[in-house]
Amino acid sequence: MTEFDSTYQPVNQSTYQPFNQSTNQLINYTLHQADNTLILGHRNSEWTGHGPILEQDIAISNIALDLIGQSRNFYQYAAQLINESNPNSSPNGGGREGAVGTASEDSLAYLRDGWDFKNCLLVEQTNGDWAKTILRQFLFSNYQYLLYEALLKSEDQTIAAISEKSLKEVTYHLRWSSEWVIRLGDGTEESHRRMLLAIDDLWKFTGELFEPAEYEKQAAKAGIGTDISLLKSRWQQITDQVFEQATLPKPSLANEGWNRTKGKEGQHTEHLGYILAEMQFLQRAYPGCEW
Amino acid sequence: MSEQAENIISNDLKKIWDILAEINDPEVPVLSVLDLGIIRDVECIPDTEEIRISITPTYSGCPAMDMIRMNIRMALLEHGYSHVSIQTVLSPAWTTDWMSEHGKEKLKAFGIAPPTAKQQVCDIRLFHQGEAIPCPQCNSYHTELISQFGSTACKALYRCLDCQEPFDYFKCH
Repeated sequence: MTEFDSTYQPVNQSTYQPFNQSTNQLINYTLHQADNTLILGHRNSEWTGHGPILEQDIAISNIALDLIGQSRNFYQYAAQLINESNPNSSPNGGGREGAVGTASEDSLAYLRDGWDFKNCLLVEQTNGDWAKTILRQFLFSNYQYLLYEALLKSEDQTIAAISEKSLKEVTYHLRWSSEWVIRLGDGTEESHRRMLLAIDDLWKFTGELFEPAEYEKQAAKAGIGTDISLLKSRWQQITDQVFEQATLPKPSLANEGWNRTKGKEGQHTEHLGYILAEMQFLQRAYPGCEW
Repeated sequence: MSEQAENIISNDLKKIWDILAEINDPEVPVLSVLDLGIIRDVECIPDTEEIRISITPTYSGCPAMDMIRMNIRMALLEHGYSHVSIQTVLSPAWTTDWMSEHGKEKLKAFGIAPPTAKQQVCDIRLFHQGEAIPCPQCNSYHTELISQFGSTACKALYRCLDCQEPFDYFKCH
């Protein structure tokens, strides 16, 4: 199929969102963006109260907040799209929580299972030590910066607007994490060693950032998304520059050598299950709870 | 629309803008939502009682926005406007350029350094020494950045090397 297909498939009635095989690729595309930022935001928030020093505890918590805010924007849009295409949902979409067939940002974040999540594998990796966390942030923010920059030209107004907003915030994240990579790489013997271990851990997940899933290809074709494989060389260039200043060795290019992929298609590492168990426990144990 | 109907609408609009001027940012209570520049539009829909308010968030994750939305709704309800719809507009993206000059003065009096007049978004140059930010307590320019991330999403943390006080800086955005 070469046409951008927007026909609707039945929705999972307990989670109000399409299965991975949904033919509505715009919904899948939006959920992928939202899942990326939610999972990374959640991971970063695990540092709150445990940061190495107070100012950096605050910094990573603020970054988490920015990311979760971006998720909200994408989830709200996804919910709107799902409700618009679902004949069972309430007339003005985004209806009351708990109404059958109505999706909301909350149901999408808290009631979907691991195989429905479309985040890339990099963001669900464990925090490890500070070196691993800031390296993960750098590798991802570098990608996010280039992605949002490209999405400014999206034919979809909402995606372009969310990208415009998010780009400003990601600029701060990229600068912060780049500086940390340099501080730790070109730091003490121990910090340098920990950075090397972090690179060993995370590099295999960078390839996935530039391998488009089916919905990304469809979105790019429709002028709504962008061809992420084209972002790779600029991403590599920036990574190389920062690694050089950090006296860190340049790993082999993303996509050469062995890479773990398929997070975007709902096949996750063991970590996502634990993340969701913690994050979704309250909403699943007490459905519809409010305070 | 008759001239009379138009007059009624413009009176209502003025009243509503006045009501909005009283609604403050819950985190920085010296600033009203108008000072912040987050109210993008107010419309009285003709032939209905509906008031439509368009707001724009400062930062994506700003937790104050939900509270501000609620406060707007309640304030308008208190003044008899019960059919209010509040829309969030993401584009054009909010910028500190939309903060009123009066708002910036109030920030400084409150102890938060206001965003600098020369608009700077985050400078991507690593370890770059940005424009000096004056201390809101003693006005010295002998200040240093501790972290780009301060007590809230919109603020950075600085320290004054003269009076030794730390202070928040409202980041250019």
